[in-house]
Amino acid sequence: MVSFKINSEDVSFEGDADTPLLWVIRDHLRLTGTKFGCGIGQCGACTIHIDGEAQRSCVMPVSAIEGRDITTIEGLAPSEDELHPVQQAWLEHDVPQCGYCQAGQIMAAADFLKRHPDPSDQDIDDNHTNLCRCGTYVRIRKAIHRAAELSAGDDS
Amino acid sequence: MNAILEQYRVTRRQVLIAGSGIAGSLVIGLPAFASPSDEERTIGWFVQINADGSVVIGAKEPEIGQGLRTALPMMVAEELDVDWDKVSIRQMPLGIVKTADGYTWKYGGGQGVGGSTGLTSNWQLMRQAGADARRQLIRAAAARLGVDESQCRTEPGEVVCTSLNSRIPYSELVADAAALPMPEDTTPLKAVEDHQIIGTHRQTIDARDIVTGKAKYGIDTDQPHMRFAVIERAPILNAKVKSFDDTATRGVDGVLDVFTIDGPEFGAPYVILASGVAVVATSTWAAMKGRAALDIEWEESPSANDSSERFWAENEEMLKSTGQVVLDDGDFDAAMASAETTIVHQYRVPFVNHAPLEPQNCYAYVKADECHIIAPTQMPSGASRAAAAVTGLARENIHVDMTRVGGGFGRRLTNDYVAEAAMISMKTGWPIKLQWSREDDVKNDFYRPGGLHEMQAGVDSDGKVTAWTQRLASGSKYYRRPNMEDDRLFGAELYIDDFPRRIVDNIRMEYFHNAIGLPRGSWRAPAHTVNAFVLQSFIDEIAHETGQDALQLQLDMLGESREIEYSGHGGPTYNPGRSARLLKFVAEQIGYGKQQPQGRGIGLAVHFTFGGYAAHAMEVTVADGKLTIERIVAAIDCGYAVHPNAVDAQLQGGTIDGLSTALGLEITVKDGQVQQSNFHDYPLARIAAFPSLFETHILDWDEEPTGVGEIGLPSAAPALTNAIFAASGQRIRSLPIGDQLA
Repeated sequence: MVSFKINSEDVSFEGDADTPLLWVIRDHLRLTGTKFGCGIGQCGACTIHIDGEAQRSCVMPVSAIEGRDITTIEGLAPSEDELHPVQQAWLEHDVPQCGYCQAGQIMAAADFLKRHPDPSDQDIDDNHTNLCRCGTYVRIRKAIHRAAELSAGDDS
Repeated sequence: MNAILEQYRVTRRQVLIAGSGIAGSLVIGLPAFASPSDEERTIGWFVQINADGSVVIGAKEPEIGQGLRTALPMMVAEELDVDWDKVSIRQMPLGIVKTADGYTWKYGGGQGVGGSTGLTSNWQLMRQAGADARRQLIRAAAARLGVDESQCRTEPGEVVCTSLNSRIPYSELVADAAALPMPEDTTPLKAVEDHQIIGTHRQTIDARDIVTGKAKYGIDTDQPHMRFAVIERAPILNAKVKSFDDTATRGVDGVLDVFTIDGPEFGAPYVILASGVAVVATSTWAAMKGRAALDIEWEESPSANDSSERFWAENEEMLKSTGQVVLDDGDFDAAMASAETTIVHQYRVPFVNHAPLEPQNCYAYVKADECHIIAPTQMPSGASRAAAAVTGLARENIHVDMTRVGGGFGRRLTNDYVAEAAMISMKTGWPIKLQWSREDDVKNDFYRPGGLHEMQAGVDSDGKVTAWTQRLASGSKYYRRPNMEDDRLFGAELYIDDFPRRIVDNIRMEYFHNAIGLPRGSWRAPAHTVNAFVLQSFIDEIAHETGQDALQLQLDMLGESREIEYSGHGGPTYNPGRSARLLKFVAEQIGYGKQQPQGRGIGLAVHFTFGGYAAHAMEVTVADGKLTIERIVAAIDCGYAVHPNAVDAQLQGGTIDGLSTALGLEITVKDGQVQQSNFHDYPLARIAAFPSLFETHILDWDEEPTGVGEIGLPSAAPALTNAIFAASGQRIRSLPIGDQLA
């Protein structure tokens, strides 16, 4: 059995220890905001936070997360009424088209901004590697800059 | 109210209210038909007004990211006259009704998205639905107040009677309005200049659900007692299962059943793509693990010797002979013979994969007398037909629900994965969610056809193009279509009315079909993605080789604004002057013609796609074999931009799709096997490939909208390769660009 915390709740999983964390989250915990895109850690649609750090859950066996603290897109916002600055910025720039990759994009950007609170375009190019098949990159770039402003307390 | 109308109203309420549980909610059931037998043409399916004044609008089309879930309700809300912030939407299922000789649409219009038609096909219908609902609310208010209809008007969410100085909220009128039979006359629509919602910036209506992870896609379907299935498909094109050993598979914890899926007959139309072995389990992972443990022996395939190498060599050979002449205006040979200069070049465009980010999946539950499908699909009616073909059930007993769709790009026009899910559910009797892996998706697709184009032009002493030909050897998309004659295969690949027809007098098109075993289908803007690259590259080459300015040459060819005949999709006419306007606009925006430093250059391109126009200008640097896109200017003319935010998004996304594909994407075959498998060897471009200097412009034209899902893509790639030429002198005549600059 593997026990861990997800979105502040204690959970445990008794199935196959090889199961990628992605499928535990989706099939067993029924948190479907985290998406399956490639299964080999290439696209980032399955990005979650493990102990606050962005990770690709499709290549992370559940056995590796005993005792760790997971956050998924469903647990990113501080409350029902208040969004995370990255989610807020994503709304302001209306980033999603099909929307399928966006939970992963947001989780990746949220962690990136912790490490690069005032990122340059080059920082984004060097670090933000999630795939978007619809090509929302123009708005993702703007929304990351906007989220940085929001996080710095600039609400204007 | 008579009993029949009451019955219809209840039926309609069920469409929109099911599961809502909002007390006091009523749906306006607005029959637009003169007699009850015309129920099929009813347009009263879309509007629900709740007791608190909130409005639910039915979204009848699949949402694949193109924005229709927002755009169509905007049309309804505009004419209904309600505040947009009071509106929410609910996805409607497929609605078909059996008739004496087949099936017809239940909600008064078709359902399905392809060819950039989702907006235009609903432009009249959805506005009329809103206008009719508003009219009935006015009539209900007039009846209650004892005044004539003409003394009432609306303000957002309420009817106002000026003479009595009285206001009644819609929510208090909806029950009466729903009970009124429709008037015989057509309710007039608002003039464009009166629009308050249409044509204005609106956020994607379910954006908050998306950014919080609540939005549901096909893959998120969760139904009672559902089992999970995957299929190991033939690795070699058109191979069939000979035998398999599932001992190890059945030893995997959670695996419930293993069996063969029969594939299509070689050369026959596709219901599903491939023969394979299905594994059904209690979870997705158990099914995947069980699949990995399978030991399958495959039969010899007729496509076992197919290879890209052979395909391209055969295309080259074909172009040395004479093909099927599909267009022959004027006297091409004479014009070439008398030309001052003749120019000939070949261009190669590869097969590509759709790669929607949500891998194919489908929920199916086949019972003895009915079937439930929940699918991410562009064509729910196709899903219904696929399930009917597999199960033998009548289509009225097949219920198709639609989810948000994690990308379409034409892949989900075909419902092979729906048929597979239905097969597995029928075989097991269980509710099944079929899940494809990324590898399944890359290796089993209806690929954009690859082809080799030979372009020839004759230019006179004034620099005018007097003769033009496009000769194409390719694998037609129409291959393996039902009832398709060989001499019509060209129609999917050469659009004979495209520019420069009726502009260059002597024009010929020739087609050669090369029947490789790789399945082919519609890939966003189908042949336009290919032909725009070929034509716009070739015009750029003609200009350089005859010492002309590329922009001026094309502007001269396009000429003034005028409508010319266009029999293809997006017709009946085409206005080359609209193309000229866009081309000139993007050229000016980017500073075309200015002196460039060494290694830097600007390229332009324009294309007419399915009724809409787009142009691109790009500025690039090529230094030490490395390409950097410095700046992108894109412009679109879609007539009247109904939902400008989505138009802008589609122009951005289409541009990036076109560039990503041109930069690095190709599907190849060796020994009958697709050689790519996932995003490591089918490398969609990431954010770093695209500059922050990325402008999009919407240029209005008239009051009629066109679709926008595909328009922004075709001219992106040739603008890039023309820019590469300007920067480096290197002409890209084969896609993808890959490492050609290194």
